[in-house]
Amino acid sequence: MATVKTTPRQKVGWGTANLVVIALALIPVLWLLSLSFKTPTAVLDPSFWPKQWTWSNYFRSTGILSTSQFIRPLLNSIGIGLIATFIAVVLASMAAYAVARLRFPGKGLLIGMALLIAMFPVISLVTPMFSIERALGLFNTWPGLIIPYVAFGLPLGIYTLSAFFREIPWELEKAAKVDGATPFQAFTKVIAPLAAPGMVTTSILVFLLCWNEFLLAISLTSTTASRTAPASIAYFSGSSQFTVPTGPIAAAAVVITIPIIIFVVFFQRRIVAGLTSGAVKG
Amino acid sequence: MSSNTEAVTVAAQGEAKVRKGRKQLSEGARAERRLGWMLCAPAVIVMIAVTAYPVGYAIWLSLERYNLELPQAIKFVGLSNYGAILSSPYWWQALKVTVIITIFSVAITLVLGMLLALLMHRTLFGRGTLRTAALIPYGIVTVAAAYGWQYAWTPGQGYLSAAFNHSAPLTSEVKAIIVIILAEIWKTTPFVALLLLAGLSLVPEDLQKAAKVDGATAWQRFIRITLPLMKPAILVALLFRTLDSFRIFDNIYILTAGNNGTGSVSNLGYDNLFNALNLGIGSAISILIFICVAIIAVLFIKGFGTAAPGTDIGKR
Repeated sequence: MATVKTTPRQKVGWGTANLVVIALALIPVLWLLSLSFKTPTAVLDPSFWPKQWTWSNYFRSTGILSTSQFIRPLLNSIGIGLIATFIAVVLASMAAYAVARLRFPGKGLLIGMALLIAMFPVISLVTPMFSIERALGLFNTWPGLIIPYVAFGLPLGIYTLSAFFREIPWELEKAAKVDGATPFQAFTKVIAPLAAPGMVTTSILVFLLCWNEFLLAISLTSTTASRTAPASIAYFSGSSQFTVPTGPIAAAAVVITIPIIIFVVFFQRRIVAGLTSGAVKG
Repeated sequence: MSSNTEAVTVAAQGEAKVRKGRKQLSEGARAERRLGWMLCAPAVIVMIAVTAYPVGYAIWLSLERYNLELPQAIKFVGLSNYGAILSSPYWWQALKVTVIITIFSVAITLVLGMLLALLMHRTLFGRGTLRTAALIPYGIVTVAAAYGWQYAWTPGQGYLSAAFNHSAPLTSEVKAIIVIILAEIWKTTPFVALLLLAGLSLVPEDLQKAAKVDGATAWQRFIRITLPLMKPAILVALLFRTLDSFRIFDNIYILTAGNNGTGSVSNLGYDNLFNALNLGIGSAISILIFICVAIIAVLFIKGFGTAAPGTDIGKR
């Protein structure tokens, strides 16, 4: 429709609509940011911006970045997220290649299963996983969270990657096979590099999924040894037992939001492409 | 003459190629099949190990009286855990809350998502900025956003509470549920909008132009052309959002902790495991939720017919 000439009034209209959406999306985030810069007393002031700005919720002795109560869970979140994403994307790219390229019985079953797990009620896993992981010694360990995160990252990965894989120029694979490459070599030497953009996108989406996860993170952990950042915030305590640690909680919320803002700003196109390709074309 | 022989040799070569190709296919078909299974096996094993096996185990646990505080009293009790849950007002309250949140948040999200998709599709400038801004609610950690909402609605502390006459919505059942629904809508509208945006881009522009020439208003074009063509995308968004909304946990856990009858079925299951330490009842709740989700999914897929996601993925 951009081809139709636009009147100034239309411009104002679309511009206003844009601004409303951007404001609605950003205000709750800015509110968290503002809270994180308020002093403990100013937290009890409903004005949107702090009258007096302070870094004390982040740094110094009172700050979240100087306590292992938050630093350790932050490292857990990064470590668990990266490992789970890596494993999920490797396994998903193998399966997605098969789905996109190969003819084999049981493909429909695999896709149905992935769909089922994408919609699986996580709470249904919590009770049995709690019991199983305690019996296996996985409770409150990194693998205890990595394994279920891989399982929930897989459907997303398989869907997104198989959509990307269908767009790849497969003649190159044939050419490689003509040149004497085995199907496996054709996969690793020719197709994998071509598939890299899709894999980056998928990795971001899977990482966001792991980074965001909360229910399993509070259920399958009991100490900061493996508790992830979102889960740790729920266990924050105030400097005295009578104060609600609003400032530190807001600061922690801001810290775990920063990577998301970075991803979204730098990979907006990729994320949009990844989310839409997997879900609608599939 | 020479051109004739050339044609013959080309034809012969072609025939030979076809024959060779067929032979390779039958040989290759088996290898392809084996490779397909091999490539899928690790993913399948992980998915089964993490979902099917625990669900099976949960079914077994749900038939036992199993309280972690009384490990000596573990006993097979048949379906009595289910009887206890289904005759408990807490279950029905939680189910009611879950269904209400699901219906309202999904319905409103679909409408707003459609508006946002149209805006993202049609807007004249700032498209990238708009999409980046919209992705923030999608990407933000639900728990982080939930804390923001909680403080915003706390009297004497939050700007929203101050703007609404210093009200304390999180302390009353109905208002708290409204706040929870609003938080869900804020978080999930961008995702729905992106799914619908992909659907919108499949609507041919020519069709719109032709209808415009025929004198159809913008609204008529939307109802008669855009919506029907977007049906698959809408159904996918509806299915994903409904099932996702039905398992709502994070927002409620932070906003109200399920107090004043605002807990969802997921919150109820969590409380039974970690506050009551009752593995038997907790597992039975897990299974009941699983059954609810299965029923919703089956109803949707029956309703979808061929439009169900995944049905045509295999054909490609």
